[in-house]
Amino acid sequence: MNVEFLFFLETVLNGLMAGVMYALVALGFALIFKASGIFNFAQGVMALFAALTLVGLQTGQVPFAHLINAIFGTEVHHFGWELPAIVAIAGTLVVMVAFAYLFEGLVLKHLVNQEPIILFMATIGLAYFLEGFGDLMWGADIKPMDVGIPSGGSFWWEDVTREWAPEGSDYFGMYVDKLDVVAAIVAVVLVSGLVAFSQYTKFGRALRAVADDHQAALSVGISLRTIWVVVWSIAGFVALVAGIMWGAKSGVQFSLSLIALKALPVLILGGFTSIPGAIVGGLIIGVGEKLAELYIGPLVGGAIENWFAYVVALVFLLFRPQGLFGERIIERI
Amino acid sequence: MNARPDSSEFTGARDDGIAKGDTLLEVNNVSLSFGGVKAITDISFDIKKGEIRAIIGPNGAGKTSMLNVINGFYTPQQGTITYRGVPRRAMRTTDAARQGIARTFQNIALFKGMSTLDNIMTGRITLQKRNLLWQGLWAGPAEREEIEHRRTVEAIIDFLEIEHIRKTPVGRLPYGLQKRVELGRALAAEPSLLLLDEPMAGMNLEEKEDMSRFILDVNNQFGTTIALIEHDMGVVMDISDRIVVLDYGRKIGDGEPDDIAKNQDVIDAYLGVPHEG
Amino acid sequence: MLYREAGDFKTSYAADLQTFPIKSERILFWSFTAVAFLVVPFFINDYWEKSILVPFLVWSMVALGLNILTGYCGQVSLGTGGFMAVGAFACYKFMTAFPDLNIMICILLSGLVTAGVGVLFGLPSLRIKGFYLAVATLAAQFFLVWMFNKFAWFYNYSASGQISAPERSIFGIAVTGPNSAPWATYLTCLTIVFVFAWVARNLTRGRVGRSWMAMRDMDIAAEIMGVSPFNAKLSAFAVSSFYIGIAGALFFSVYLGAAEVTEAFGIDKSFTALFMVIIGGLGSILGSFLGAAFIILFPVLLKNLMVGYLGWPTDLAAHFQIMIVGGLIIFFLIVEPHGLAQLWRLAKEKLRLWPFPY
Repeated sequence: MNVEFLFFLETVLNGLMAGVMYALVALGFALIFKASGIFNFAQGVMALFAALTLVGLQTGQVPFAHLINAIFGTEVHHFGWELPAIVAIAGTLVVMVAFAYLFEGLVLKHLVNQEPIILFMATIGLAYFLEGFGDLMWGADIKPMDVGIPSGGSFWWEDVTREWAPEGSDYFGMYVDKLDVVAAIVAVVLVSGLVAFSQYTKFGRALRAVADDHQAALSVGISLRTIWVVVWSIAGFVALVAGIMWGAKSGVQFSLSLIALKALPVLILGGFTSIPGAIVGGLIIGVGEKLAELYIGPLVGGAIENWFAYVVALVFLLFRPQGLFGERIIERI
Repeated sequence: MNARPDSSEFTGARDDGIAKGDTLLEVNNVSLSFGGVKAITDISFDIKKGEIRAIIGPNGAGKTSMLNVINGFYTPQQGTITYRGVPRRAMRTTDAARQGIARTFQNIALFKGMSTLDNIMTGRITLQKRNLLWQGLWAGPAEREEIEHRRTVEAIIDFLEIEHIRKTPVGRLPYGLQKRVELGRALAAEPSLLLLDEPMAGMNLEEKEDMSRFILDVNNQFGTTIALIEHDMGVVMDISDRIVVLDYGRKIGDGEPDDIAKNQDVIDAYLGVPHEG
Repeated sequence: MLYREAGDFKTSYAADLQTFPIKSERILFWSFTAVAFLVVPFFINDYWEKSILVPFLVWSMVALGLNILTGYCGQVSLGTGGFMAVGAFACYKFMTAFPDLNIMICILLSGLVTAGVGVLFGLPSLRIKGFYLAVATLAAQFFLVWMFNKFAWFYNYSASGQISAPERSIFGIAVTGPNSAPWATYLTCLTIVFVFAWVARNLTRGRVGRSWMAMRDMDIAAEIMGVSPFNAKLSAFAVSSFYIGIAGALFFSVYLGAAEVTEAFGIDKSFTALFMVIIGGLGSILGSFLGAAFIILFPVLLKNLMVGYLGWPTDLAAHFQIMIVGGLIIFFLIVEPHGLAQLWRLAKEKLRLWPFPY
């Protein structure tokens, strides 16, 4: 294999890895959209909030320390203990479930039967609220995340790929981050789990019924509110997983919430309701973005990552408005 | 600028150059399907200028699809529609509206955020001409045009006896009144062909009588040609001149009310005789 | 007793079509306008100009534009920041390329340029709806900001990548640049906003406005009534972008004086504008002003309260601010989707019956 091709391969591989990360976020979107018809703009902030909570619990931060100090003039910041990662993850899950429960009771319940676009805007409000709340609770500084996931380049893979290059060329092997590999494995497990859950459990069946037709589901005795709480909890769980992966990669900070913006074009490609669509869409965007940066980027001055995915999605929308895996809609009047 | 409209303000139907009794619209061998599902199979019939033509049939017979084909919302796979002597298959709905085909809908499709007045004014949108710049300036031509059309719309409001709800957002109106506003919106376009999709569905007897009266008045006073879908057989037999009967997307009867009442196929379809073939 | 329509009969359709059909409302409006034009300029100081009045006016213009698109025509846009950037950069290019051109003309031309760009990015709306379109407009946001950042021609190859407004004057009085007096910038913005609010009102009450609202409420039925989606949607995009472009030009030239694209016209601006429209009232001219006033004033008040009065650190106030704004968005969508403007309308209803509510 010549070096050119190896570079191409490396780009594709890294694109796939990045795509998995996008897919992780997109998955949360697709789940909520499928079950409640809500386009949850706050999914990215939920990932940020979950990551903040996880780090906060793990390092024994005092919640709202900043506020407490401001009001009472105290100097509290840490409890002085450290929790094992697994306990902190469990704790964060509890918080996310509580969040889902509160959100359903305080907001969703009152917005039933509103138009999708109103619900969409409500989730933008939620995103802002949660961001402010998370910062208030845990502070806005950048925090490192360490839950014991290996990271850094894989030397083994570098060695293997170096062998592929022709003799004498100065090719040092492909760089693949171990963290990305773990993320990919986690994503595969997560998706298989979710698919199995929605296909083979009684609850999954109820979930699909709700997705199909709210009214009809209600009439056969499915509790919409329970479904919503569960779905938002699952979305919270997915957000946590995404938060861990992204947090371990680049630290827990505000920019984490912006991955939501990355996931939007993924959804458009995959179709909002399709779980496999979210994965495939994520991979396409990931690879496309990296390749475009490599081959088109230099022509227009680089840094096209920000909008390239959107343009791909937009062009795609014009030809297939329902996404790759979405169903065609027949308009009736 | 007298606020009191009189009926001469509203001529009702535009002059389309077709004499009363001549063919206004002709449907020729039209077939329509979605994916593999056939909604309409090889249907032909005509509508004559000035008549009330009813389209009846059991649920799922393809009645609404037929109206959708006539005003260009669906494009049939086969057949032609000849309107005012011009044959076509595909047509943009906006063009159909410009050529004088107006309609009401089975499930009310009013503009919920707008008042009764604005809804009916929207019916005149193809007749208003002032562009964006004049509209932005308002004073002068745009305002004059608005007032001119407002006068016509007030005549329609008068005609339909809905003066009291002129400025009410239509979302707040009861069902029967919404149906009436929708009729008003269609009338405002001064249609040569008015398509009514179940104008009396879900109404009580009194409301049905009112609506029948309006439909007959529109037909008598303005000479508007009407194609109507309706389930209430009594009403259909009373007000329509000719009837087409559809069943499973096929035409099974066509003629005057008395003939239809005697038609064995129609009776079978309605009484649910097992379908063969 | 103060607010009555009894005895206020309309004898012509023209009278019935007035913006303020009730006399007391007309009096209120014109006295308010008179104070804004004739009294405020004599008392305005630097703080009021820079922190409250000029940003309020500029953002009102943005909100008006977005309200036309989202509130009246029902097309949600998250590209507002990008369109403001187009207005700002167009204005900068006109100002520097044609130094003799009157600043008002520069601003209007910037609006036209933005209208063109808006139509271009509005094209997808003919195929896609709802949040699919919202996502498509994000493409505009990211692409435009990237473009103004990447191609040095747009910022005249300045080393910092910033654009800064040279001094320009109207009737010999500086309205841009560091020497402009508070009253001059204020009056410039006020005049533009006043004129275009009136134009917006005209557009929304006639044929064009009805075609937008028909698209918003029931697009299929609208099409069947003869409303062309092409004309309705693209004209909404054009007019909306025109307003936002003018606002962007004012934001840069009159208000900021100098701007860097990623900082001044980022995606947060798009959200800010959307929040103004939601809180103020979708589909309401008055609502655009109320929403802008709320979003501009609220942080000022909160900061005064928390930092000035309670003595808390500023970052706490900032956290509370985003939290409360987010919460309010949800609150308004649940309780009153038509925003502050609707509350005003309800208050008027109450006042009309007062003191005999039954």
